[in-house]
Amino acid sequence: MSFITYVISGISLGSVYAIIALGYSMVYGIAKMLNFAHGDVIMVGGFVVYSLTSSMGMPPIVAVVCSMIFCTILGVAIERIAYRPLRNAASSLAVLITAIGISYFLQNIALIIYGSSPKIFSSVITIPPLKLADGALTISGETVVTIAACIVIMVGLTLFINKTKAGQAMLAVSEDRGAASLMGINVNGTIALTFAIGSALAAVAGVLLCSAYPSLSPYTGAMPGIKAFVAAVFGGIGSIPGALIGGILLGLIEALSKAYISFQLSDAIVFAALIVVLLVRPTGILGRQIQEKV
Amino acid sequence: MAMLEVKDLQVYYGLIQAIKGVSFEVNQGEVIALIGANGAGKTTILHTITGLIQPKAGSVIFEGKDITKVPGHKIVSMGMAHVPEGRRVFANLSVYQNLKMGAYIQKDKKVIGETLEMIYKHFPRLEERKNQLAGTLSGGEQQMLAMGRALMSTPKMILMDEPSMGLSPLLVKEVFSIIEYCHESGITILLVEQNAKMALGIADRAYVLETGNITMSGNAAEMLENEDVKKAYLGV
Ligand SMILES: Nc1ncnc2c1ncn2[C@@H]1O[C@H](COP(=O)(O)OP(=O)(O)O)[C@@H](O)[C@H]1O
Ligand SMILES: [Mg+2]
Repeated sequence: MSFITYVISGISLGSVYAIIALGYSMVYGIAKMLNFAHGDVIMVGGFVVYSLTSSMGMPPIVAVVCSMIFCTILGVAIERIAYRPLRNAASSLAVLITAIGISYFLQNIALIIYGSSPKIFSSVITIPPLKLADGALTISGETVVTIAACIVIMVGLTLFINKTKAGQAMLAVSEDRGAASLMGINVNGTIALTFAIGSALAAVAGVLLCSAYPSLSPYTGAMPGIKAFVAAVFGGIGSIPGALIGGILLGLIEALSKAYISFQLSDAIVFAALIVVLLVRPTGILGRQIQEKV
Repeated sequence: MAMLEVKDLQVYYGLIQAIKGVSFEVNQGEVIALIGANGAGKTTILHTITGLIQPKAGSVIFEGKDITKVPGHKIVSMGMAHVPEGRRVFANLSVYQNLKMGAYIQKDKKVIGETLEMIYKHFPRLEERKNQLAGTLSGGEQQMLAMGRALMSTPKMILMDEPSMGLSPLLVKEVFSIIEYCHESGITILLVEQNAKMALGIADRAYVLETGNITMSGNAAEMLENEDVKKAYLGV
């Protein structure tokens, strides 16, 4: 049974990576930039819930919704203030460096407000664990909710992109901004919407992550952020199903190598697997093989 | 009153001035050719008209309204479509999705359906390939798609940037017959071409652009006979 337990915990962790990877992937696909501050938005989402529930006694579900709203506004503000002015800059490095700067900025703000010692995050998930196979296999409520949230988000986002006008605008902007503008699509608005969705998802990921691993510090978002970025590249950056597959695979590799190989080496194994995948398929598992226009 | 009026337009790329004070006008129902060598600034002018770049000075007036500062994405809903240089179809979307994208600003589903039918009638090859990815079409088919996509917005005026570029003579003819059809259905056309002979053949009036300045303008048929034009642009 322990193998199945590891697989389930891998899928659960992978679901969180997948939700974060989606934000990376959408922003990369549509705004053509790597938003390295994305991981830190997760941390902000966690702290908003922490503050609202433990200091102000708000019901968890209300706190989660508030956190999503807060992160949405934060994401849009970051895009508007820090990234948009650089959109037509000669070097794409400028915006990358800005993103790293925003990442440290968010961490430092959190340090000032909350200090560096980790806070105990009490899980917002109250549903009871699922007992299977006559109690031999227990799946925690957090795991159930995490996997369910991941499925709902993937299906919802796929429908959104394929069925709504805003989703179609995202597809057009991701291919050719100028041509999209000629179609009447508001390119800046579409990019802002992408940041809004990505950041709201980051808030959800933050809550799920902190509920599963109940410790929260200003650096909580950094490592999951990098791993989710790896997951996005793994699956094929810019692709929604790619983020899902990349995230789940990453979670599985991490959980299984922690269980069977070495706890300390698990991150190295994850990155080694990424290198192998990229050697075989340079654009990731589901990445487009068509050469992108420069 | 002219349908489109460009007044003393000046456009820069960084410190380099690409357009040095260009003025011209297009009247309702006309086909106007803008010809000039590679690098003369033709594409820059079209991009400035549809708001993809901002001019440093001058103005663009469409149907009496100053659109110089109007954001680019609002211009197509005023009735001006743009078939960009190099077609720029959405390569990873199907032919049908590309055409639907052309009708992005159109809210009336019935109008979209009718326009689509009209386009399939005139471009039967697009209907045959409607589920194919646009990136896998031939150059000629992509040009048809780019024109069909522009027509999907039911424009009053279309700007076309070198629609015959890179096409075989047979396809060039086909493209020009579509321009003719657009003209006959009442759409005003500003046609940018390096293929001066074809462009002057179809146009009412023409302007010649040289390194950011208009150096000549007049009746297209007369220009075809002009010795300077013949030497510089018609290769005779
Ligand atoms: N994005 C750009 N950045 C800098 N210079 C440009 C850019 N686009 C065009 N140019 C320059 O502006 C001039 C006019 O170019 P363009 O409008 O493309 O000419 P045409 O369409 O007539 O061939 C050329 O000298 C070209 O090198
Ligand atoms: Mg050009």
